[in-house]
Amino acid sequence: MGLHMQEKTARPEEAPVPSPIVRYRGVRKSYGELEVLKSIDLDIAPGEKVAVIGPSGSGKTTLARLLMTLEEPTGGTIEVDGELLWHKEVNGRLVRADEKHRHRVRGKIGMVFQHFNLFPHMTILRNVTEAPIHVLKVPPEQAREEAMRMLDKVGLADKADSYPSQLSGGQKQRVAIARALVMHPKVMLFDEVTSALDPELVGEVLKVIRDIAAEGEMAMLLITHEMDFARDVADRVLFTDGGRIVEEGPPDRLFENPRSPRLQSFLSRFRAGSSGGGAGD
Amino acid sequence: MLWSWDYTLKILPGLLRALPITIAATLAGFAVAAVLGLPLAMLRRSKYKTVSLATRWAVDFIRSTPLLVQLFFIFYALPLYGISLSPFACGVIGLGVHYSTYLSEVYRAGIEAVERGQWEAAVALNFTRAQTWFRVILPQAIPPAIPVMGNYLIAMFKETPLLSAITLVELLQVAKTLGSQSFRYMEPFTLVGLLFLALSYPSSLLIRKAEKRLNRRQSTRR
Amino acid sequence: MWSDLLPAFFRGTWITLQITVESVALALLVAIVTGIARLSRYRIIRAAAAVYVEVFRGTSLLVQLFWLYFALPMFMNVQLSSGAAAVLALTLNYGAYGSEVVRSSILAVPAGQTEAAIALNMTPYQRMRRVIFPQALVRMLPAFGNLQIELLKGTSLVYFITLADLTYEGMILRSYDASSTTEIFVLLLIFYFILAHVLNSAVRWFERRAAAGRS
Repeated sequence: MGLHMQEKTARPEEAPVPSPIVRYRGVRKSYGELEVLKSIDLDIAPGEKVAVIGPSGSGKTTLARLLMTLEEPTGGTIEVDGELLWHKEVNGRLVRADEKHRHRVRGKIGMVFQHFNLFPHMTILRNVTEAPIHVLKVPPEQAREEAMRMLDKVGLADKADSYPSQLSGGQKQRVAIARALVMHPKVMLFDEVTSALDPELVGEVLKVIRDIAAEGEMAMLLITHEMDFARDVADRVLFTDGGRIVEEGPPDRLFENPRSPRLQSFLSRFRAGSSGGGAGD
Repeated sequence: MLWSWDYTLKILPGLLRALPITIAATLAGFAVAAVLGLPLAMLRRSKYKTVSLATRWAVDFIRSTPLLVQLFFIFYALPLYGISLSPFACGVIGLGVHYSTYLSEVYRAGIEAVERGQWEAAVALNFTRAQTWFRVILPQAIPPAIPVMGNYLIAMFKETPLLSAITLVELLQVAKTLGSQSFRYMEPFTLVGLLFLALSYPSSLLIRKAEKRLNRRQSTRR
Repeated sequence: MWSDLLPAFFRGTWITLQITVESVALALLVAIVTGIARLSRYRIIRAAAAVYVEVFRGTSLLVQLFWLYFALPMFMNVQLSSGAAAVLALTLNYGAYGSEVVRSSILAVPAGQTEAAIALNMTPYQRMRRVIFPQALVRMLPAFGNLQIELLKGTSLVYFITLADLTYEGMILRSYDASSTTEIFVLLLIFYFILAHVLNSAVRWFERRAAAGRS
């Protein structure tokens, strides 16, 4: 919490920079000829909330997927809590890390997906207890207690014995958030988690995320189209375009005074058609 | 020559006595096929090109060649290398290996039907590969495949007469013996046909019903 | 040593091929007629076709072969030659499986096609012949390809009625020289494998022709 205050009041060049929880160095990703990410350098501080906005195809989802080890970087390194994720140091050289190493480091990252990806053959409760029991080796009783607490926090304790097919999209997404939270990651990735929801269900999910953000300890990377929400929750906003981070800064500054022309035209699209939601522009 | 009901009743017990071994061979063969099919399906999906290609050829080879010749191979050729098995064991292995290729394709289709997001959620929750397979993927892949596997069980049942070629005394073999003793072939073979029908037709109806119920349940999901 | 085996193998292959091709052609005919019959407006035709299909699908091919070769003569005073019994059994058995393929392929053609054909005032025959069946045909071919390999494998059963097909020739060779058992069986399997793929290529050729011009 003290860290959080420091972030907001000190000028960037003066504040003692805490050791980043995530660090991208020269990260590139290509699919054959197509270069999706072109040399990304990015630090995320512990507990920092970073929103990522940008047009589709700009690489923002890839950024998150590389961190979650769902894709492998073509170049560069990613560090999580001081340890390399995709590489190991062997005799002073960097070699590709094996699954055992990745498994260890990966435990500090969690992710919530656009399409929920709940396990359809398990009850809601089991969805939330399965990983703690079998990955974290938490005793089943304890896992169940914690799962119920988490489900209560997202407002779905009464659905513990239901199956995903019986829930609405917004409910499913809240369960997905609970499922990821219960693993106590240091960084949580939210990949356009409201994009697949009917408009009236978006609010309940955003509220849960706001609550989590307010608790403070976990860093969050929020890929989103919900500009008002990003402005509210984020400490810093990144704008990606064409595989690069074109602009970054505090939300107020970025949304009020976008510097780059690309960001200006991107935002104007949202402003022009903007209907309700937050306070009128 | 007309049908003799006396003779029919006389030979019926003998035929029925051969049913247990026929059914036993079917079930044992199916067990082998079901167990063998899964690793085959997984090998086929291996990211190592040589492994997946080699598996594909092996599966293709066994599937495209007659079970009868494969049975002969197991029964007559293997003893030359010191592996001498009973007709029942040969039959079970032959049926099992032959049909494991079919079942591996069924498993493969079921596994590929599980959506990619499930694999990704498992990675995000840091499951090991083994945990992903056994706790997330297979529980979703296998249930829809069960009706199809049931059809293969019935198919294997109908192939058991081939085992008479490697001297297993099953249903058809008994009928042949009876027929050659009395020179009346019509009753034994007709009865055998009816026995097969009596067992396989209701089973296939059950499977069709199970399939319909499964399809209804799948479509109400999501 | 291999060269001693080959003449017998080729003799057997020739028989196997003949039986296969004849059976496939007839089974195709039976499958199409029966498949369409199962969709007939007249209940009695549907029922008759259904009975035929369920009986021949529900009983073992080998049992059917034996019945036609050994039991039928007692029943009807006709002795079928082993070749005729083989072709008949294979035709009836795989015709039944094939009819299911035909039936489900026809049902898979969108209802709108039938409606359009009715709107154009086509007779039922014209509808089937010109609109429905050609579209169903493309769907059928992959499944027919599989059935045809099954049929080829099924020809090995004529060994049981001492017809000198590939398998039978192999077993005869083995009786002359038991030590070359392994080689004979391996060669047998390879021959069948090649045959299966040659026949499959023919089916795929048909598939391409039937699908020509479609998007």
